[in-house]
Amino acid sequence: MNDILLWYTTRASGAVSLVLLSIVTALGLLTAARAGGGRWPRFMTAALHRDLALVALVFLLLHVVTAAVDPFTHLGIASVAVPFGSYYRTFWLGLGTIAFELLLAVIATSLLRGVVSVRVWRLVHWASYALWPFAVVHGIGTGTDSFSLVMLATTTACVGLVAGAALWRLRTPAHPLTAEKRAGAALASTGHLR
Amino acid sequence: MNEHRLTIDRIRCDGRGICADLVPELIRLDDWGYPIIDARPVGVELTEHARRAVANCPMRALRLSLSNVPEN
Amino acid sequence: MSVLAGGPPVQRGAEVLTDHQRRFGAIPPGGARLIEEIERSGLRGRGGAGFPVAAKWSAVAAGRSRRRVVLVNGAEGEPLSAKDRALMCARPHLVLDGAVLAARALRADQAVLYVGSEHRSARNALEDALRDRGGADRIDVRVVIAPPRYVAGEESAAVRCVNDGTALPTALPPRPFQSGVDGLPTLVQNVETLAHVALIARFGAQWFRDCGTANAPGTTLLTLSGAVARPGVVEVRSGARLGDVLGDAGFVAADTSAVLLGGYFGGWIAGDVAPTLAVDAAALRGAGHSLGCGVVAVLSETECGVVATARILEFLADQSARQCGPCVFGLRAVAQCWHRVAQRTVTPDDLVRIGRWTDELTGRGACRHPDGAANLARSALQVFREEFMLHAEHRRCSHQSAAWRAAS
Repeated sequence: MNDILLWYTTRASGAVSLVLLSIVTALGLLTAARAGGGRWPRFMTAALHRDLALVALVFLLLHVVTAAVDPFTHLGIASVAVPFGSYYRTFWLGLGTIAFELLLAVIATSLLRGVVSVRVWRLVHWASYALWPFAVVHGIGTGTDSFSLVMLATTTACVGLVAGAALWRLRTPAHPLTAEKRAGAALASTGHLR
Repeated sequence: MNEHRLTIDRIRCDGRGICADLVPELIRLDDWGYPIIDARPVGVELTEHARRAVANCPMRALRLSLSNVPEN
Repeated sequence: MSVLAGGPPVQRGAEVLTDHQRRFGAIPPGGARLIEEIERSGLRGRGGAGFPVAAKWSAVAAGRSRRRVVLVNGAEGEPLSAKDRALMCARPHLVLDGAVLAARALRADQAVLYVGSEHRSARNALEDALRDRGGADRIDVRVVIAPPRYVAGEESAAVRCVNDGTALPTALPPRPFQSGVDGLPTLVQNVETLAHVALIARFGAQWFRDCGTANAPGTTLLTLSGAVARPGVVEVRSGARLGDVLGDAGFVAADTSAVLLGGYFGGWIAGDVAPTLAVDAAALRGAGHSLGCGVVAVLSETECGVVATARILEFLADQSARQCGPCVFGLRAVAQCWHRVAQRTVTPDDLVRIGRWTDELTGRGACRHPDGAANLARSALQVFREEFMLHAEHRRCSHQSAAWRAAS
């Protein structure tokens, strides 16, 4: 009975994590797109993005821990930490491990933002774009009920949400100051002068 | 006398405007979305709001510092 | 004895070391005690800011690092100024003496000569002079080229250019005296200031104070240009009457509408007021003017002050480092407004916004470039008030400025 409970918890927390991470990713894209203004203040997009990421982490930890101790899958802690180190659905699971570690890295660098340099923070955040697709594929690959109606609908909704946000982000023009800064730096550089 | 003032790194600032949302009593935006900052000391009642504005600046441009000479 | 007086004209080329030593004497040993002598002399910087030199040196000396750097600022980005390159061409050894003395006083083991890429003669003169000296000064000296940009001469931009080749101002703190070239405490000093240092080290603080005024001792170099018969670089005693100085250069008061004092970073002064002023940096500052880098440009009665101001603001907007929103967008907007005023196509909206936009330039950039532009614009509104109103409200110009073309 406990084993079944464990298994259901793993699957449920995994699904919830995926939904939350999809919302977090979408909010991240909207923050970068400087969405908001008027009745939706811009700081709320960024604040929600941060807060939900922490909530997602909680559910993800639940998912990871219950999966690791589940006697049926014989995963153990080691396979949770080492990508592609398990015998059970090695590839799909490995993707999940990577996604998990990326999330830890992003959250750690963000919490330590005063200490970590801006460049490092930006680099890790860019790498985290891989987090969500890995999580989606991991879910489809390791889930035993991936093609059930509920899971199919959920996954489709998540993909749709992030795709929509990505489209919004791509269609947002670059900040006018960015091009100016580049032009100013080019004019002030002396590399070509002798 | 602890006098906090809001200062800003004008090169990091990208005109995102989140600071003006969070502490409009001290920061307002110019016609292009860049902050105009009140150089007077931040009163006790606004310190928490000022701190929140500093924490939420996506470019880490805003600072709350103890200084005698107001900058930007 | 002064800096340029009695020297060879600029065209004849730089002074050879032996001639230099014969004229001024050998370079004194100098050392940390020199800072006190400079303090007693009351020497202030001649790069435009007018900061007390001894205080600056003390700040660098207070740096915890055991190594320091002297950055000799000869970039002269102000287009109306020619005094720095004239000095480098005519008296390179005096400038180098000053740099070496500064290095000895601050125990700096390296000096950087920062010269504009377009000022070839000045650079050649310095390089020839360096070769002339051999390695006798026992200081590591190198030349770094500045790009031909207005802000390249700004202190933090100079440091950044030496560090990574890009001459753009940086956000302060830290200031160069705390962390500059290679992260070391760096003295950034104008070439003219260092030339004065070289003379003070030889002849003493009292000799320097014997000339000039109490608050602005010594001599200063001015660049005279515009509506004068004999433009060029001159050395004047601090306190001299500007009218006399200009008179010697063939200036006619009746034909003058205004004088631009301090260059693009300075301000306009009415044509009947300017000649009465004393060339005294301290007194001018007290009266709300600025001697700046010593530019004195005369606007004749036949030229339109509004058009001239619009041209300058357009130049300043174009020369922005483009790192800060308020400067990139705000200064550009102000310049465009003035362009429309000059063209007599200004709209009522423009007039409403121009004052606010100008005020919003002050203190909102990483450097003082927008502040300087705002000061210039404000002084123009004051000095050319009638002409401005004529352009703005009656769409006329009292000068024959029919087709107005942008500068550059």
